[in-house]
Amino acid sequence: MIKKFDKKDEESGSGSNPFQHLEKSAVLQEARIFNETPINPRRCLHILTKIIYLLNQGEHFGTTEATEAFFAMTRLFQSNDQTLRRMCYLTIKEMANISEDVIIVTSSLTKDMTGKEDVYRGPAIRALCRITDTTMLQAIERYMKQAIVDKVPSVSSSALVSSLHMVKMSYDVVKRWVNEAQEAASSDNIMVQYHALGLLYHLRKNDRLAVTKMLNKFTKSGLKSPFAYCMLIRIASKLLDETDGGHDSPLFDFIESCLRNKNEMVVYEAASAIVHMPNCTARELAPAVSVLQLFCSSPKAALRYAAVRTLNKVAMKHPSAVTACNLDLENLITDSNRSIATLAITTLLKTGSESSVDRLMKQISSFVSEISDEFKVVVVQAISALCQKYPRKHSVMMNFLSNMLRDDGGFEYKRAIVDCIISIIEDNPESKETGLAHLCEFIEDCEHTVLATKILHLLGKEGPRTPQPSKYIRFIFNRVVLESEAVRAAAVSALAKFGAQNDDLLPSVLVLMQRCMMDSDDEVRDRATFYMNVLQQKQKALNAAYIFNGLSVSIPGLEKSLHQYTLEPTERPFDMKSVPLATTPITEHKTEIASVATSKLPEKLAPSRQDIYQEQLAAIPEFQGLGPLFKSSEQVQLTEAETEYVVRCVKHTFARHMVFQFDCTNTLNDQLLQKVVVQMEPSESYEVIQYIPAANLPYSQPGSCYTLVRLPEDDPTAEIVFITFSCTMKYLVKDCDPNTGEPDDDGYDDEYVLEDLEVTVADHIQKVLKPNFGAAWEEVGDEFEKEETFALASVRTLDEAVGNIISFLGMQPCERSDKVPENKNSHVLFLAGVFRGGHDVLVRARLALADGVTMQVTVRSDEETVVDVILASVG
Amino acid sequence: MDSLEPSLYTVKAVFILDNDGNRLLSKYYDPELYPSMKEQKNFEMNVFNKTHKADNEIAFLEGMTIVYKSSIDLFFYVVGSAQENELMLMSVLNCLFESLSQILRKNVERRCLLDNMEGVFLVVDEIIDGGVILESDPQQVLQKVNYRADENPLSEQSVAQVLQSAKEQIKWSILK
Repeated sequence: MIKKFDKKDEESGSGSNPFQHLEKSAVLQEARIFNETPINPRRCLHILTKIIYLLNQGEHFGTTEATEAFFAMTRLFQSNDQTLRRMCYLTIKEMANISEDVIIVTSSLTKDMTGKEDVYRGPAIRALCRITDTTMLQAIERYMKQAIVDKVPSVSSSALVSSLHMVKMSYDVVKRWVNEAQEAASSDNIMVQYHALGLLYHLRKNDRLAVTKMLNKFTKSGLKSPFAYCMLIRIASKLLDETDGGHDSPLFDFIESCLRNKNEMVVYEAASAIVHMPNCTARELAPAVSVLQLFCSSPKAALRYAAVRTLNKVAMKHPSAVTACNLDLENLITDSNRSIATLAITTLLKTGSESSVDRLMKQISSFVSEISDEFKVVVVQAISALCQKYPRKHSVMMNFLSNMLRDDGGFEYKRAIVDCIISIIEDNPESKETGLAHLCEFIEDCEHTVLATKILHLLGKEGPRTPQPSKYIRFIFNRVVLESEAVRAAAVSALAKFGAQNDDLLPSVLVLMQRCMMDSDDEVRDRATFYMNVLQQKQKALNAAYIFNGLSVSIPGLEKSLHQYTLEPTERPFDMKSVPLATTPITEHKTEIASVATSKLPEKLAPSRQDIYQEQLAAIPEFQGLGPLFKSSEQVQLTEAETEYVVRCVKHTFARHMVFQFDCTNTLNDQLLQKVVVQMEPSESYEVIQYIPAANLPYSQPGSCYTLVRLPEDDPTAEIVFITFSCTMKYLVKDCDPNTGEPDDDGYDDEYVLEDLEVTVADHIQKVLKPNFGAAWEEVGDEFEKEETFALASVRTLDEAVGNIISFLGMQPCERSDKVPENKNSHVLFLAGVFRGGHDVLVRARLALADGVTMQVTVRSDEETVVDVILASVG
Repeated sequence: MDSLEPSLYTVKAVFILDNDGNRLLSKYYDPELYPSMKEQKNFEMNVFNKTHKADNEIAFLEGMTIVYKSSIDLFFYVVGSAQENELMLMSVLNCLFESLSQILRKNVERRCLLDNMEGVFLVVDEIIDGGVILESDPQQVLQKVNYRADENPLSEQSVAQVLQSAKEQIKWSILK
């Protein structure tokens, strides 16, 4: 038994912290006694504890002092005191990254790991693997293999877990231990079994066949460890998800059978897995829901929480499946854990009938101030969903939201409320004025610049179209007087929109603008001067181009182009059309109702997919003369699932060329493919200029090859925009050893026929959002307007027709015209886009439903051929 | 986002705080989660402020599921991702608490914990290794750690007791 070192000098009253006033330098000084002979285990132990405690508190150790202490510590291996030795292992692990030459303890640790003392062996393995790198790992490989299959569970577990940690660094070495791990998986010890399963999965997760085999084996033989069961359930549900396996698959049966496991942990894991499966039917959900229902009345808070949180998820997609639990959920409303209560209420809001809404809202407002922001956001999301379901309740909701808006809360919470109000306004025109009034009140006292500018933008967009636009002017102008630069600038832009749209307000807007021109901030002044001059022209087209519909280019793209322009001085003015367009126009759709788990989203402006492609393509010398990338399509599968090679194609459109990028994956582990090209047989006017092969395509490492095609000069026929290519992949095969990947010297040519690839009109058009379609329509003018009428005989509903047209033309629906109001027989769809080469295209489609859909299409553009192409392609 | 990549890395962090929210021990296993000491301590403070008033066992903060337990002037926390199986986290927390309770001879309070800090470090090390649950059975943990608090910790109180009983004995021996 270890006696405590003399505590008297530190004990200045019970409750004090013996480590409180530790000085790093003093502790390191004390560490000198490590060198004394004989070793005093009691004192050394206490000093090691102090060092670890300091490290844990975040004390910074310099490399020299850490190394010095570390080397002194190595002497303690001479002592046979058990606890002291264990603390040495801990010190090694803690210092592995801050001290130099930690590998000098390798031999001591190797000795302990293979020694007779079982107590030392496991911890020694874990410490050793912490300081080992790939080269040294090979030196201890033999010991690791033995340790994995050792009969002492703690040794085996330690070896397995350490191997798992090493996979990241030395996959190739650890891969060789699969057989040992396999043997360990049939161990009687539950933890060994769990760790072995985890390691096996990590080593095999890229090999679907091996994972399937492993699952079959374990689901049949059964396991002892509940942890291992949870792991198996996760693997099975991931596999089901990837293979789109039907729910009659044995994997699904396995998960369902786990609902009857003895252990709650396993039962919950299985229920949760079923709930998270996409396309689950109500019948398949039922057993999962009923076990969750049982959990709702568990005395364990964690279990109740888990159950109600999962039920909440179910309620998002299948509210009716949860109705059976309503009674249990009602009981949870008064749960002392407010997280549980909130989740219960929000679930009830989704499942309950319209009549219970008022009662639940009252209940929730009684404790909304007590719950954390994360759950307030959940409440707001539930309300948002409710408003979509029961549009008639929007006045109750609006009231509730405005009260919440007045309460204290963080940014995320306020943003959720504002988003929710905005979505209500967009869905219910009759709530627009109340909503805007609440938001106006909110910005009077709003500390979040982002929200204030967002609301000002909305006011600028919606305000001018309300019956009484003048009342918003005061709120907006107040911002100009009181707020920070960013908000003032946004307010000026909003004012300009009022001036542009309401002639009777124009004089007063101009007066206010004049005042803004005196602002102390450059941006505000510039905007005011700019808008002032545009407004004074009183021309509709100018207003449309510069006030209503902003830039539609990609911002990172613009930045790059401008940078390029400043590098090469030229006489030519900067051409806006040379800038790639933004791929995802700022959508007007409301954000997906996110689950509880999204509160930690990174708020970075990530470059879009297209900007990434642009960069990749620009790095290939053959593509440098093509100009800016106009559009990249979604990936198209050119092979069936589960074939030898997986090929996907992305179509990149440039002003006069197209580049087809083929992303190929070789799924045969005994083949190495070289010089891979995809040969394309075009019809008529297209001309293949160049193939750029992928040099090497080893097993399971994706590679890309490219085909460059010249587009025919503008030929106003449908052929140029609608064409089919037949594709064949050609390559040199070299057989290789599946284990080492070592290829033979000789290879042979082979080819593989892919599915046909289509190029459609959508590949030539980029979506552009015109927030004010009417203004844009006037701006383009009717110089090249053409109109034609078509009958869409096969289409039965207006919704279907709208969806077809949008996906066919690949254009952006504006003014929310993609949503067809219910019970209407006619609809007008507005579409906007830019045609390859930078020509604006606007389409107005009037649809009428009568025994099939009749469609009258009007196209406007600043280029005649473009109009012809679109009409020809529709026909 | 919803489904969880099957993995053994279950625990994101574990920490023990005193009743002022000061860190006594903490381990972060996911290098991406709060990489700096300042972020870690902010997180711990935030968690402490939201949890120390009510003993609710489970909370959801900063996008993380947190299970916790308190004893006299100590707070034990285990943190996992939002999608983690809450019961798995509970089993870690229970194992930690049970093991420490045994080691500290049921005196799960700050002073006793600090006096046996080496044992606490060893227990945590045996339960979680780099975020993987290494052991969840307290008996196994105790066996592996093989550590016990002193039978008679030489605290002031016990010194006084010893003196007291000595006095009594002397008194009785004189009175006899």
